[in-house]
Amino acid sequence: MAQPLVKKDDDRDDEADYSPFLGIEKGAVLQEARVFNDPQLDPRRCSQVITKLLYLLNQGESFTKVEATEVFFAVTKLFQSRDIGLRRMVYVMIKELSPSADEVIIVTSSLMKDMTSKTDMYRANAIRVLCRITDGTLLTQIERYLKQAIVDKNPVVASAALVSGIHLLQTNPEIVKRWSNEVQEAVQSRAALVQFHALALLHQIRQNDRLAVNKLVTSLTRGSVRSPLAQCLLIRYTSQVIRESANNTQTGDRPFYDFLEGCLRHKAEMVIFEAARAITELNGVTSRELTPAITVLQLFLSSSKPVLRFAAVRTLNKVAMTHPMAVTNCNIDMESLISDQNRSIATLAITTLLKTGNESSVDRLMKQITNFMSDIADEFKIVVVEAIRSLCLKFPLKHRSLMNFLSNILREEGGFEYKKAIVDSIVILIRDIPEAKESGLLHLCEFIEDCEFTYLSTQILHFLGIEGPKTSDPSKYIRYIYNRVHLENATVRAGAVSTLAKFGAMVDSLKPRIFVLLRRCVFDNDDEVRDRATLYLNTLGGDGAVVETGEDVKEFLFGSLDIPLVNLENSLKNYEASEEPFDINSVPREVKTQPLAEKKAPGKKPTGLGAPPPGPPSTVDAYEKLLSSIPEFANFGKLFKSSAPVELTEAETEYAVNVVKHIFDGHVVFQYNCTNTIPEQLLENVIVVVDASEAEEFAEVASKPLRSLPYDSPGQTFVAFEKPEGVPAVGKFSNMLRFIVKEVDPSTGDAEDDGVEDEYQLEDLEVVAADYMLKVGVSNFRNAWESMGADGERVDEYGLGPRDSLAEAVNAVINLLGMQPCEGTEVVPNNSRSHTCLLSGVYIGNVKVLVRLQFGLDGPKDVAMKLAVRSEDEAVSDAIHEIVASG
Amino acid sequence: MSRFFSSRDSCPAIKNILILDSEGKRVAVKYYSDEWPTHSSRLAFEKSLFTKSLKSNARNEAEISMFDSNIVIYKFVQDLHFFVTGGDEENELILVSVLQGLYDAIALLLRATVDKRETLENLDLIFLCIDEIVDQGMILETDANVLAGKVAIQSMDVSAPLSEQTISQALASAREHLTRTLLK
Repeated sequence: MAQPLVKKDDDRDDEADYSPFLGIEKGAVLQEARVFNDPQLDPRRCSQVITKLLYLLNQGESFTKVEATEVFFAVTKLFQSRDIGLRRMVYVMIKELSPSADEVIIVTSSLMKDMTSKTDMYRANAIRVLCRITDGTLLTQIERYLKQAIVDKNPVVASAALVSGIHLLQTNPEIVKRWSNEVQEAVQSRAALVQFHALALLHQIRQNDRLAVNKLVTSLTRGSVRSPLAQCLLIRYTSQVIRESANNTQTGDRPFYDFLEGCLRHKAEMVIFEAARAITELNGVTSRELTPAITVLQLFLSSSKPVLRFAAVRTLNKVAMTHPMAVTNCNIDMESLISDQNRSIATLAITTLLKTGNESSVDRLMKQITNFMSDIADEFKIVVVEAIRSLCLKFPLKHRSLMNFLSNILREEGGFEYKKAIVDSIVILIRDIPEAKESGLLHLCEFIEDCEFTYLSTQILHFLGIEGPKTSDPSKYIRYIYNRVHLENATVRAGAVSTLAKFGAMVDSLKPRIFVLLRRCVFDNDDEVRDRATLYLNTLGGDGAVVETGEDVKEFLFGSLDIPLVNLENSLKNYEASEEPFDINSVPREVKTQPLAEKKAPGKKPTGLGAPPPGPPSTVDAYEKLLSSIPEFANFGKLFKSSAPVELTEAETEYAVNVVKHIFDGHVVFQYNCTNTIPEQLLENVIVVVDASEAEEFAEVASKPLRSLPYDSPGQTFVAFEKPEGVPAVGKFSNMLRFIVKEVDPSTGDAEDDGVEDEYQLEDLEVVAADYMLKVGVSNFRNAWESMGADGERVDEYGLGPRDSLAEAVNAVINLLGMQPCEGTEVVPNNSRSHTCLLSGVYIGNVKVLVRLQFGLDGPKDVAMKLAVRSEDEAVSDAIHEIVASG
Repeated sequence: MSRFFSSRDSCPAIKNILILDSEGKRVAVKYYSDEWPTHSSRLAFEKSLFTKSLKSNARNEAEISMFDSNIVIYKFVQDLHFFVTGGDEENELILVSVLQGLYDAIALLLRATVDKRETLENLDLIFLCIDEIVDQGMILETDANVLAGKVAIQSMDVSAPLSEQTISQALASAREHLTRTLLK
């Protein structure tokens, strides 16, 4: 009884999985292909076999060289059949096989015959196949037919020839360029697609001839292009012409703008969208020009088609970056897209809204986002979190609701990357918005109560140890931290112990309580936790032993190691346990990857937990330690500023040298980072000889040569100058690298004993006024400006002469002064006639300086500037004016 | 080839056309861009694309997604998933017109029963259709009627006398005649 039942099941399975290609096998199909050689061809059968071969190729099966050749020759036999369907499959098959040059010859004559056939379908396809597989030599033979085909009255044939022309232009431009008369005729074709293909080809033929493209666009924008696709092309070419034509009519109407605007009323959506997008991407587009484009995009936002909504919101999102005001009209439509089923659309809508939103709409927006967050993927959530972070920095007053939002989503489910993005955002907000600090720290405390990621827990504990003791009521964090000691794994417990110790060191009133807690930790079952607890009890004096001075304890707890961690790690790895204790002084102090780290540092704002918030980036610390370890420079005092490395050699020269300028109060030290890129050479006694004849106020006082510079391991040499104390002396220095070069046998790595003295000219180096200015931002410029008072204020006006643009002038002044732009005022909106830029910095001698720059266009190109400087010292205010006046 | 795909000022370009079944297996695919040079990279692309798009509702209207800095437009019909990929700067609506043209042409050719079984049984027509819609990344034709007409006329022998043509062949030839007159 069971038997038939099973059989029935089998049947049904077969039916569900049925495929004409079930169990198909390459070997068998290749056997079947022998029917191509039959004297009496069966077109139907042959067609089926070709389909099977194509199916195999499509599934990723590949033929060996021999198999491919065999199939190819067999297929060529099929040209004998006059069955159109079979012939069509033969064409496809030949294209798939992409035969080699000697094989092509076999089919050339058949294809050429088809090319001149009376059947349109043969002509069109033979052209496509032949042009696909042919090389240049054959092309000259068939050129005549191709030219005819371009103007063929059958649109399919014409399109085939034109599209083939577009592909051939890449390989045989000379030949295709000779067809431009025919192509030009085809542009006038009544068939839509022919016009499209002809226009594409004509433009590609002429794309390097600006005048010709201009003429083409001018004539076509007047006439009527029928095909929507061709119209899209025309819009692209038109914006190209607009882009390239000099912007001489700043105030007048933009050429061709009317054409683009007219396309917004086209009946095809793809043309409307292409035109709208082209308008939004115009250089320096005005809001008057933008309006009609934004209006059509706004209509698309409420379309029933996801693709239209996506296209519109994506374009508006880009516009919002440069013209947030222009997009605000769409905010209502945009808000309804937050719940769009297509998550790409929803995310784009949110990030657009967060860019265009004003302070009053933030609360409403947050409410909507809260509803939406639970059902999107983590990667979209991260985008949203980042948008919210920048919004919060833009509207610091809204930190309460935004911080609440972040803490809410922090409690919800999510992966590591997502949680890390949130934690990083909270940390950045705590750092940049002082009012948000206490609530932010509490949110983080609550988070670690129930955090599954060890990495995040330890990072947050570390951050708490630095920030927590500085708050008004540090004691409230202790409970959260001590809970970790009970409930977590050893890594987190050890972190918590360190954090407790930091509270103990910073807050005297908490010390007795901290001691109690630390003493309990001494009984932990993990070595590291116990060790740390004992160590901290000892240093803080909790076990009644000798109490070290407070400074030492803080230095121990908060100070950074004065050696690069990478070097320490390497040394520890190399250290073998023995009688001899590990000597931390044996770790090399020289920072090998320095130039690289330097380059990365200024590019990105230090994000989140990675970089400790207080103090300058660690490379400056590293420089300071490095310099103070050199006895010659030890008495120079405190390092004021280290510049970014300046390259003194071209890339890929024999010796790569860059220089870092270290500014002290009364001295300047040049640190030359040298790399020897020649494996066959060893350089010794490397020194840079500096000619300071064009820097009158500087006098060389010391130099520290580099004893040896082997291949590919960078080293440093230093030269120190004395300069008048506190004075921002400037000057130009020319540099010569001098060294003894020794040949090295690359196979053994041994250097010869005798060396030859040699020199290598480096580029000049300048010390400029900006070197004496530290980029230090202020969070609220107005407050800082007001509190500085008008006593040390100096105001003057300057003419900057003709400039390319306002933005260029603003940048030039910022670079000249080397100060930190505040509140995003370094960005000049397009087409504005005036701009105010706020700068802040610390001048040598640790004098705070604030600068308010007002720029205005005076006439068509001339830029005028009003410079107001406030500082704690009038002399410094004058000095800033001096910099601008002489720069 | 690479230059053809790089410049925004040049033509709209199609990077691939994929027809997968409801398990993500290939029915018919065609790659035009060398962005996916190997078989395995193509399979990986198809797999992640399939999984990512699976949850969306692309039955009524074509859906769209950004995918590895490409734009993918897709539509699901019965147990088939159609995809068209273009560069991230491409006009989304042009890509839609290609997808719609492909689907409508196939629907015409298969007489409105578009599912995996029917597609596999007429795979030759599908291959021809894909061959006619895009040539090495360049859009050749997007009008479904013209496309279907171009593919359908092939199933007859030009030299055969009219009386020997089957009804469907006669229909196809009539259709070709019609499209030609329409295009004039």
